[in-house]
Amino acid sequence: MKFHLKVWRQKTCKAPGKLEEYVAENIPAEASFLEMLDIVNSQLTGKNIEPIQFDSDCREGICGTCSLTINGIPHGKGRGTTCQLYMRNFKDGETITIEPFRADAFPVQRDLVTNRSAFDRVIQAGGYISERCGSAPDANAVPISKVIADQAMDAAACIGCGACAAACPNSSAMLFVSAKVTHLGLLPQGKPEKSRRVLNMVHQMDEEGFGNCSNYYACEAVCPAGVPASFIGRMNREFTAASVKEMVGMSV
Amino acid sequence: MITSSSSSVRTGPCPAHLWIFSSIGKKTIVALTGIALILFVIGHLLGNFSIYLGPDAMNLYAEKLHDLGPILWVIRLGLIAVVVLHIYFTMLLWKENRTARPQKYIASDPIKTTVFARTMRLSGLIVLAFVIFHLAHFTVRVVDPSFQEMHTLLDGRRVHDVYAMVIKGFSSAPVVIVYVVGLFLLTFHLSHGIASLFQTFGITNSRIRRNYECAARVLAWALFAGYVSIPIAVLVFGLGKGVGQ
Amino acid sequence: MTLESNIPDGPLEQKWTNYKNNAKLVSPANKRKFELIVVGSGLAGASAAATLAEQGYKVKCFCYQDSPRRAHSIAAQGGINAAKNYQNDGDSVYRLFYDTIKGGDFRAREANVYRLAEVSTDIIDQCVAQGVPLAREYGGLLANRSFGGAQVSRTFYARGQTGQQLLLGAYAGLSHQIALGSVKMFPRTEMLDLVVVDGHAKGIVVRDLNTGEITTHAGDAVLLCTGGYGNVFYLSTNARGCNVTATFRAYKRGALFANPCYTQIHPTCIPVSGDYQSKLTLMSESLRNDGRIWVPKRKEDCGKEPASIPEEDRDYYLERKYPSYGNLAPRDISSRSAKEVCDEGRGVGPGGLGVYLDFSDAIKRLGQSTIEERYGNLFEMYRNITGENAYERPMRIYPAVHYTMGGLWVDYNLQSNIPGLHVLGEANFSDHGANRLGASALMQGLADGYFVIPYTLGNYLTTQFGKKVDSSHPAFEQALADTNARVKRLMDIKGTKPADDFYRRLGLIIWDYCGMARSAEGLKEAIGKIQALREEFWSDLRILGTDGGINMELERAGRVADFLEFGELMCLDALVRDESCGGHFRVEHQTPEGEALRNDENFSFVSAWKYEGDGNMPSLIKEPLVYEKVKLATRSYK
Repeated sequence: MKFHLKVWRQKTCKAPGKLEEYVAENIPAEASFLEMLDIVNSQLTGKNIEPIQFDSDCREGICGTCSLTINGIPHGKGRGTTCQLYMRNFKDGETITIEPFRADAFPVQRDLVTNRSAFDRVIQAGGYISERCGSAPDANAVPISKVIADQAMDAAACIGCGACAAACPNSSAMLFVSAKVTHLGLLPQGKPEKSRRVLNMVHQMDEEGFGNCSNYYACEAVCPAGVPASFIGRMNREFTAASVKEMVGMSV
Repeated sequence: MITSSSSSVRTGPCPAHLWIFSSIGKKTIVALTGIALILFVIGHLLGNFSIYLGPDAMNLYAEKLHDLGPILWVIRLGLIAVVVLHIYFTMLLWKENRTARPQKYIASDPIKTTVFARTMRLSGLIVLAFVIFHLAHFTVRVVDPSFQEMHTLLDGRRVHDVYAMVIKGFSSAPVVIVYVVGLFLLTFHLSHGIASLFQTFGITNSRIRRNYECAARVLAWALFAGYVSIPIAVLVFGLGKGVGQ
Repeated sequence: MTLESNIPDGPLEQKWTNYKNNAKLVSPANKRKFELIVVGSGLAGASAAATLAEQGYKVKCFCYQDSPRRAHSIAAQGGINAAKNYQNDGDSVYRLFYDTIKGGDFRAREANVYRLAEVSTDIIDQCVAQGVPLAREYGGLLANRSFGGAQVSRTFYARGQTGQQLLLGAYAGLSHQIALGSVKMFPRTEMLDLVVVDGHAKGIVVRDLNTGEITTHAGDAVLLCTGGYGNVFYLSTNARGCNVTATFRAYKRGALFANPCYTQIHPTCIPVSGDYQSKLTLMSESLRNDGRIWVPKRKEDCGKEPASIPEEDRDYYLERKYPSYGNLAPRDISSRSAKEVCDEGRGVGPGGLGVYLDFSDAIKRLGQSTIEERYGNLFEMYRNITGENAYERPMRIYPAVHYTMGGLWVDYNLQSNIPGLHVLGEANFSDHGANRLGASALMQGLADGYFVIPYTLGNYLTTQFGKKVDSSHPAFEQALADTNARVKRLMDIKGTKPADDFYRRLGLIIWDYCGMARSAEGLKEAIGKIQALREEFWSDLRILGTDGGINMELERAGRVADFLEFGELMCLDALVRDESCGGHFRVEHQTPEGEALRNDENFSFVSAWKYEGDGNMPSLIKEPLVYEKVKLATRSYK
């Protein structure tokens, strides 16, 4: 197969970038999108053009490293990460535009490589349960209903790739943050810190420069882990409840 | 050693201020003011329906409202404040949302977002312009100064003839077009706005979302039908023709 | 040189308790003074960094990924073993210990494995307390499933994403410590060398992958938690970035590399479809419960549509060879049998490297909806990757490398022969012998990080009061200069081929000669080929761009350079281990039925390799394996 690529090239974080055009030739239909880029890179190296820098690691859809926006859709068409997208889903001769995930909070480092450490800082603000290794009670000491455990798992499935913020017209990270708030907030172990957690995480999210939620639901449409946007609603509720508690002088 | 939990009170700026200017706080204020405006829109429509009960009913309703005196002004100022807050916080959100993505995508795709959701600001601003026109038309009565002079007798009192004014106002096709367009955009605005309330207040899960999204659309279009029925009834079906002339 | 494994005295069941009772402690005031370097942020690294920081140590943690949450532990699917006996089915610490030792074909260190089984129960408690959403039953208690190599249900799981959830639990703990300032995290930072001062590991050299800057970091101890070396095969189920560099650099600084030839090959992966392929994807082994594995009896039929091949022309080779286990024969047996039929030219699919896994009988018997219910997501995954519908056409599968049991040699303290250098998780060699059981990798990574190193590290640190070294020491300057020179050397080759070109060829050599079946002759040939390839690499590599800023070609070239040396060591180890055991199958040593034939008399030892300088043969140091508790037995699957 043959494709016309328009690829975002940017030397450094501060340098201006632009789309460069390349032709990808002799691409097997069974190749994944990232393997197509591998082939293009080796062709570019042969032509003395610096290869396109892009992030990827596990290449099986779970690590959340890949961060390409393909024809305006983070991770491209269909559910799943970029590494799970195969060239047979494109038309021969098609023009494909490849850009990095875009958000002010995800600055481009080079070409298609972005810095998503904002997500790490949001987790550091409260995305954990404070416990001490060695002090845990027996794992069966607190029964957790299957329904709650399953729901927590739905939220915990988030792979932290950032496609939600990249797809949102406002670059809002609400789906990511709400997934963690929901996962920990649902479980009995996470209840003691529930209010602190949601307050700290949301304020950190705002500080990182993500936009606000306009209930567009583009986030859940691109989420490779299938995290539903209803968790955002849940977080809205928990955040306002925690804020009210704080306003009336209760400790959280 | 776990130290972060040592202080149970979070310290920092005033909690109310933190909430109001947080992303979720701003959003919630837009939603709360939105609820007030939706209630107003529903109430206004119920009042409008008095037109179908004849001139006296409508004029009586108008006069009762006027008799509220200072309370009416409190309501009016309240509504203005609600509108101002609704718009002010929307603009704050809008400004932040723009800076959250300084470099736009070159190839863009709407990804699931509905046209209603994407046009909230535009539809809102047009509705605002329409409301200003509507106020100028029927409340301040500067669009057609002759409205100032319309009076009638109600239970022996000389009152403003609202009924005649509405009939006259809607007898002009261009005016009716402005109303239909304005109300259509209001419907646009509400079909996303009403559904969004549930999400913003967190009254949601994956299963009920489809239901309230549908209900929101039905309500928005029902309001549209109710409001538009009056100018159409006047212009097309000749409601009120010959009355009071 | 003799190896001191430092196994504590006493009966097997008492060793760890005795050890803990007598271990040296570091007081809270002194913990603050120690700075620890943790390399890697997977299950072992993240859990160790978080736990040690929680205890009061100052920790610096490094990972090459852009976030610690992306370490490859995240990809583990199946589950984690623990001897909880929640199912009341007769499980115990001893049984888990014995299953692991036996699964490892009696080539693991008894005391380490017993400790692993002992702390396994604490891991589950710890993870649940962290909020890991392990699967539950309706009554609210934890669910279990059974896994290969065990007759009890002791595997805890979180859907098909157990590794992800356990890693995110450790990552949450790590994030908490980062927020508290007790851990300083260095993402996108790759360790390129170990700094040894007066025989002690005192620091590392790293390259910042964003800026290209090479710097040194000093610490009171170095913990390598950098995973396995499965990517020496180029194609494996490992992540693209997984590499041997950290452990191999430590080897070159004097650490011993143990049992590098022990690799595990998983039988059910999606086969290679072309030479562009960058990665192999694992399909859950559970598919073998309902699928039947076959190839055509005749070579000529291989190209035909599978449905057009009549029953009598099909060879259900596992059912034929192992009538009692059939399609559920253990991993190594199934993998090897698939290779055999493909070597005979009866493989199917591109390149003849694949066998059919056929569900048509199961669909006829149970109906498609039942099969969909059981394996729907796997069929979907298969369709996504291959574009084929496995309900209508048999799946094609082929074995692939996915874990390496060998690693840096460590004693009972998880300390290597270089004092201060500790090695955790897949990066060390200690617990799985010659073959790892399913759901044991997660258990080992977390055991090392949460429950072993926090107790054992004190023994070393208490000897280090007042021996702090900072990075102005000449050893640091030397290591920094060495690393800079090496990077410059790579950049200056200016040849014609990208690193992947050499890498792919290396992978093929290793796969062909040091994969599922190995022979003395083949291994010798492989060593020669690797040497030639290495020479070509160092004269014909092309890296465009500069060494400043992001340059993934440079990162890759550095890793490939180490694999090119490591591959030779691996073949050498496979050559010297003149027996078959677990994942190491020497064709010269098999039973008449083709099973692995161990030689306990001569090879019941750990092979630890010592680097003797470039161009010199590394020397072999043996740690005899002494079994106090278990009797060595032959595994049988007939």
